[in-house]
Amino acid sequence: MQLSGAEITLRCLAEEGVDYIFGYPGGAVLYIYDAIFNQDKVKHILVRHEQAAVHAADGYARACGRPGVALVTSGPGVTNAVTGIATAYLDSIPMVIISGQVPTRAIGLDAFQEVDTVGITRPCVKHNFLVKDVAELATTIKKAFYVATTGRPGPVLVDIPKDVSQQMAEYDYPTSVTMRSYNPVTKGHAGQIKKAVQMLLEAKRPMIYAGGGVVLGDAAPNLTKLVRHLGFPCTNTLMGLGAYPASDKQFVGMLGMHGTYEANLAMQGCDVLLAVGARFDDRVIGNPEHFFQAGRRIIHIDIDPSSISKRVKVDVPIVGNINDVVEEMLRLLAASEHKPDAAALADWWAQIDTWRGRDCLGYDRSNTEIIKPQSVIETLWKVTGGDAFVTSDVGQHQMWAAQYYRFDEPRRWINSGGLGTMGFGLPSAMGVQFAHPDATVACVTGEASIQMCIQELSTCKQYSLPIKIVNLNNRYLGMVRQWQELQHGNRQSESYMEALPDFVKLAESYGHVGFRIDRPQDVEAVMREAFALKNRTVFLDFQTDQTENVFPMVPGGKGLTEMLLGSEDL
Amino acid sequence: MNSNRHILSLLLENEAGALSRVAGLFSARAYNIESLTVAPTEDPTMSRMTIVTSGSEDVIEQITKQLNKLIEVVKVFDLNEGRHIERELMLVKVRAEGKDREEIKRTADIFRGRVIDVTDRIYTIELTGTRDKLDAFLEAIGHTQILETVRTGASGIGRGEWILRV
Repeated sequence: MQLSGAEITLRCLAEEGVDYIFGYPGGAVLYIYDAIFNQDKVKHILVRHEQAAVHAADGYARACGRPGVALVTSGPGVTNAVTGIATAYLDSIPMVIISGQVPTRAIGLDAFQEVDTVGITRPCVKHNFLVKDVAELATTIKKAFYVATTGRPGPVLVDIPKDVSQQMAEYDYPTSVTMRSYNPVTKGHAGQIKKAVQMLLEAKRPMIYAGGGVVLGDAAPNLTKLVRHLGFPCTNTLMGLGAYPASDKQFVGMLGMHGTYEANLAMQGCDVLLAVGARFDDRVIGNPEHFFQAGRRIIHIDIDPSSISKRVKVDVPIVGNINDVVEEMLRLLAASEHKPDAAALADWWAQIDTWRGRDCLGYDRSNTEIIKPQSVIETLWKVTGGDAFVTSDVGQHQMWAAQYYRFDEPRRWINSGGLGTMGFGLPSAMGVQFAHPDATVACVTGEASIQMCIQELSTCKQYSLPIKIVNLNNRYLGMVRQWQELQHGNRQSESYMEALPDFVKLAESYGHVGFRIDRPQDVEAVMREAFALKNRTVFLDFQTDQTENVFPMVPGGKGLTEMLLGSEDL
Repeated sequence: MNSNRHILSLLLENEAGALSRVAGLFSARAYNIESLTVAPTEDPTMSRMTIVTSGSEDVIEQITKQLNKLIEVVKVFDLNEGRHIERELMLVKVRAEGKDREEIKRTADIFRGRVIDVTDRIYTIELTGTRDKLDAFLEAIGHTQILETVRTGASGIGRGEWILRV
């Protein structure tokens, strides 16, 4: 059957089971948009800026595990998308981005809306393709989905010149694809797994450190089984929240720069560490030398060999699909005659409970004068029954959401952990809502971040997305101000947000509902009212304490035990 | 951490963009690169690349892993892990006048170089060998004589039965 490149593109997407593409039209993708018009399998969501298209596809992928798809035009369409692509790349999110390109005969001639898309995106994609021959289009799209979703996932871009989308070719979608140069490891080394299990059983002060890889690899149920079977303490990274239920007593909280006192001390003090789908990045281990001083044996399970021994040397590396490796560990543990050392474990838990006694996330809960940002998150948890999908932007509000919304399930916490992209929250919430139309979706944001993709309020209106925006408005670039207080003599250089819009009126002008909340006693009631509006986008503008900082805090480059616990430590 | 010179040998898809992916990786991650040479193999769909780099063992391990992650890279070998041969080709144009003419020819012979182009004032010499040998030749000729040099960067291959292929 002869089809145009544009028709082939849409057919391929339908074959891959794509239900939504997030995009924005333009000259180089007009044939593709024409093909979208003429079919009804794949629904197109029109955003208001290409960055949002990619964030929405990203949020969709994070929330449901299927690859997100974005469609943008050449030139500025692509450059606008780059922030979104880099965001997905740093967090290993499976995504396919289709970009239009100027016609092949115009490539390299500085044509209108021409950029070297493959060149610009090369460092922030898992792989990219420029399709120069329509006959190769279907296979290329198949490869794109294959590469994006296997191994360590990531965004893959397919650049399609305008003439390629217009030309006709025989359509035949390959059922599978093999690439001699791409064979991701899936099965962990049996001998290494055995060694790891033995090491875990010998541990006196064990610790399990689980990251985003557990969420991405759909390994949370098995990881939870493993943690419970062993009776060990478990911490999650920012990207791993929900990989182990936060309400469980074996959960010691998030670790790292804004991790809990108990998680960071247990991380430093353990004698055997099991790292699962986590990468010892600089927000977790700020100072590898300091971490190294306290000796411990480390087991590291990851699907990406380059994540192993990159910043922290490990003793037992296991490269493989996390879920399979953890399953194998469970099997070996069930068959083993040995049990963890109960007496040593009891002592270790007693120690951890002492650390817990510091109540490092405690704050002034009884304040009736001013809204404490932490209390807004705790109320959000209460009002949503802990069952919402929560997206966030970047800054203090992000850390408070991570600390105070107790995620019990994976894929519920959606944030830009790696790239730290302000503007991510609202568009990613749109993607989440499309993935789960009936779910409660909240976007926790700040008055600075929300303005970086505020135009998406228009998209929310067009598609009647019932997203609840929880704006922690402290009139500051809060995290910048916090670092300035800490490390720059409190010189608040350009961190005050002046000339803010009236967010209530702004929301209303887009056709939404807006609330401004000034008093602590109104927080819960207004939030309940907002979440009861099932079919409306609601903007909740909480006027919060301007002076509040995120604690605990391990200052940049410091060791895990060098935490600041409150403003008295500053 | 000692910083050692390593010769990495890669097999990669002979596709547009593969070279820039490798080069981009080295610059993005701030890895050293002394030389890089690439050409298609007997199988025209595949290229063979030799990269000379340096770094601590940890860094070399990361470089190898990161190269392996590139989709178009089929195989990566660190030639330092076995016995191997390294060769580099140099073309050097030297001023060869009067009594220097004989002396330069003699020196080229000692280094098993060949004069491949001659004018009444210039020799162009072709020389193959390790980096050290080529350096030594340039030193022996003396810098005042050298008009122009072009070097390919090292190519490497394993010794004997150590064969790198898919």
